[in-house]
Amino acid sequence: MFLESAGNTLPERSFRSKKYRWEDESLMKITAYANKMSAAPGETIDFMVNCENKSFDVEFVKLICGDLNPGGPGYKEKVVKSRTSGKYKGRQQKIHAGSYAKIDSSSHFNALRSFSAQVFIWPTTPEKGAQTILGNWSPKTNSGFNFGVAEKNQGVALEIGLSRKKVFKLQTKAPLLSNEWYFITVSYDSETQIASIRQEPLHSHTGTKDKANISRKVTGTVSLNTNDAPLTIGALYTSEDKNRLVCHRHFNGKIDSPAICHSPISPGQEEALKRLDSEQVKIESLIARWDFSNDIQGTTVTDRSANRLHGGVVNMPTRAMTGWNWTGDELNWKNAQDQYGAIHFHDDDVHDADWEVDFTLTIPKSFRSGLYAARLRCGSSLQEEDYVPFAVLPPRGRATAKICFLLPTASYMAYANEHMGTDVPVAQLLGGRLVEHERQDLYRNEHREYGASCYDHHSDGSGVAYSSRLRPILNMRPKYRSWLGGSGSSLWQFNADTHITNWLEAMNYDYDVITDEELHYEGLKSIEKYKVVLSSSHPEYHSKDMWDAMMAYQQKGGRLMYLGANGWYWRIAFHESEPGIIEVRRNEGGIRGWEPKTGEYYHAFTGEYGGLWRRNGRPPQKIVGTGFTAQGFDISSYYERKPDSHRKEVAWIMKGVGKTEKIGDFGLIGGGAAGLELDRVDVGLGTPPSTYLLASSVNHTDIYLVVNEEILINYPGLGGQENPLVRADMAFFPTQNNGGVFSTSSIAWAGSLSHNNYKNNVSRITKNVLDRFISNKKLLDDTF
Amino acid sequence: MASSFDISDLCSTKFADLIEEFKENPVGHHSPQLQRLLNVMRGAPMGKKHCLIVSESNKEWILAKTSGIPGEPVKPTNLRFQNLADAEWYVFRERWKHLTGEKLQK
Ligand SMILES: [Fe+2]
Repeated sequence: MFLESAGNTLPERSFRSKKYRWEDESLMKITAYANKMSAAPGETIDFMVNCENKSFDVEFVKLICGDLNPGGPGYKEKVVKSRTSGKYKGRQQKIHAGSYAKIDSSSHFNALRSFSAQVFIWPTTPEKGAQTILGNWSPKTNSGFNFGVAEKNQGVALEIGLSRKKVFKLQTKAPLLSNEWYFITVSYDSETQIASIRQEPLHSHTGTKDKANISRKVTGTVSLNTNDAPLTIGALYTSEDKNRLVCHRHFNGKIDSPAICHSPISPGQEEALKRLDSEQVKIESLIARWDFSNDIQGTTVTDRSANRLHGGVVNMPTRAMTGWNWTGDELNWKNAQDQYGAIHFHDDDVHDADWEVDFTLTIPKSFRSGLYAARLRCGSSLQEEDYVPFAVLPPRGRATAKICFLLPTASYMAYANEHMGTDVPVAQLLGGRLVEHERQDLYRNEHREYGASCYDHHSDGSGVAYSSRLRPILNMRPKYRSWLGGSGSSLWQFNADTHITNWLEAMNYDYDVITDEELHYEGLKSIEKYKVVLSSSHPEYHSKDMWDAMMAYQQKGGRLMYLGANGWYWRIAFHESEPGIIEVRRNEGGIRGWEPKTGEYYHAFTGEYGGLWRRNGRPPQKIVGTGFTAQGFDISSYYERKPDSHRKEVAWIMKGVGKTEKIGDFGLIGGGAAGLELDRVDVGLGTPPSTYLLASSVNHTDIYLVVNEEILINYPGLGGQENPLVRADMAFFPTQNNGGVFSTSSIAWAGSLSHNNYKNNVSRITKNVLDRFISNKKLLDDTF
Repeated sequence: MASSFDISDLCSTKFADLIEEFKENPVGHHSPQLQRLLNVMRGAPMGKKHCLIVSESNKEWILAKTSGIPGEPVKPTNLRFQNLADAEWYVFRERWKHLTGEKLQK
């Protein structure tokens, strides 16, 4: 709610952010997100805010440099005027994490007299407490029925509503094993008043007592009226919060082929329902048989019964998962869809936080294309400030500069709310130092409902394959330091990329900013008007459409400056109907936080084979000349010139740089321009034969190790001190139609640009290349 | 210096040069022996593992420990450091004590 206009807010200079206040219980008093990461003038962006204080102030800022390091160029943001700026009423907004399928209430299951249900389950955390498999339940009156994993893993539990809010409970008391398939049936027969549960393991382990078949007479008056509550699979409905369902008892694991009938059925009928065979239509009491193998790419769940009681998934559980009947013969779900009838539900899945909108910005015409943020403050301490960054695009269909900076929002999403610093020991090993936690890290550690990144595991140990931007992404913030950012300024991804925008501003270049989503959805059109595209420090994740657009741009004479490393590495898929969510299946090899299970290598969103682009026939060397070779996150190093850099036709690149000068033996990211992640030239992997190897980095620490996709027989000496593959190769190659690609092959590069007031060889080389690339001159000088 | 590296054999007299080497340069290039020791120290599991909390960016850090259980709070201690090398040295001595039972001089 809007309270006051911006005229009444505090001017920037009166804001002195105070230290972190430990006496406050809350780690962050304000968190927010937007419905988009980019918009053009005249378009709108909605902002959703969770604020614990009474009110908060909004200003819009142009972000120039997000680095607070006093040894750097200094933090720079410019307040830009907007009618939306001002004071707003604060209110708390919550995220209800955990996925499930929801089927709207229907007369078919609203007031049953008897019922039976059957399902296959593959529980992953049976010890974690009560977890609902299927609920047809009214929380208001405790009526209906639901069943799931019992409290304290006492097998499967069935609950049936009785009069006066009482509940009949039956448990098999046979603990379930995790990661094993079970066939479960439950039933209640009003004629005999007998309730029963059957728990049948599909495995053949000896010595386990996880099989059960129990029944008991229900005493009391059974009430199966659900009062129009929705039917849920994978969680139990409890209430509503601003039009969102609130569920509890979230199930971790896979659920396959759930069905319900209005009376107990015969074993033969059970078999027909399992396999969806033609006999199924003869089951007179069938209410619904959901088939999760249909619409794997979408968000619906299909009922194969004649009643057509279709539903949808909430919070994006993982689909295209191997089912109870997966034989292992087929690895591509599209070729054996009936074996992929399982959905993996997680208690910490999040898709859309779905908060109410607090304010909407219509991008004014006065906002030039660039990097911006909504700056939100509800007090003067660090935990009372948050930023929501976004890109202002040029007006639709136009370019307003020769240079386009491509903001790698897909890569930001893949790393969104990454938990490695608090969760896994590799952070201190790879960083070669103590991990520093920002308040945002501590907050999202304690607020797992904010969702994890594609580097993390779900609470049940399975990998996080989807990441959404429709939630606060607390590590995509200016001022934020990251353990991955090396020693020094310790910036990574978004905030590290402000070293590039800062340099562009300091050197007085005009530039437009677009994001990965423009490249993905609009293709070549989004970049073809530009003379030069600048990459970020770490453009790691690309969809096929993004890859194709960038290759077409090069072939048409476009010029790309790849100012980073580990680029064009993983293949991703954007969801085809839901904007703002990506999928990553990291198959075969590569530096990855988890690996998909065999049979689950194909994206659910598109059916495409996931993993490294290198495993999809497109190693990064094919598109940018160099590809991922080593990583370490302690300190950076420098480059030495290579013979190609002295060739006359490309001598313009190193103009002003001495023959034996060390390149980038300084910088804010690890103290050097070559660091964090490094790429190398490799003709065998597709580096074009016309490539000039200009310089290579040397002398990396042993924290830097060769990437695992290079290792077949493992061998000693994979560290930076010994291994020749641990290096960044600076490279250039011309493309057709007078295009060209220049690659620095190091994430740390941008951190060296501002050294010595921008008078240094990293800045010089970057400027030499950029000036040449924006000119109409051809890229190879005549050599006669 | 001992040529093999046995964690059960650590003592401050035998490894005095490693300790000195770390004190002088806690982050960056290390001798192979020191790197091995740091790999053991820094690779410890997450339960009660030392880490830092940014109290004021680039200026002050609070020493803390992770819980080892995702979602459980990172617990701050009363110690604050104004530079990262001091924090590294303090934690090195704590970890040395944990591994050897031996208290190192400041
Ligand atoms: Fe990466």
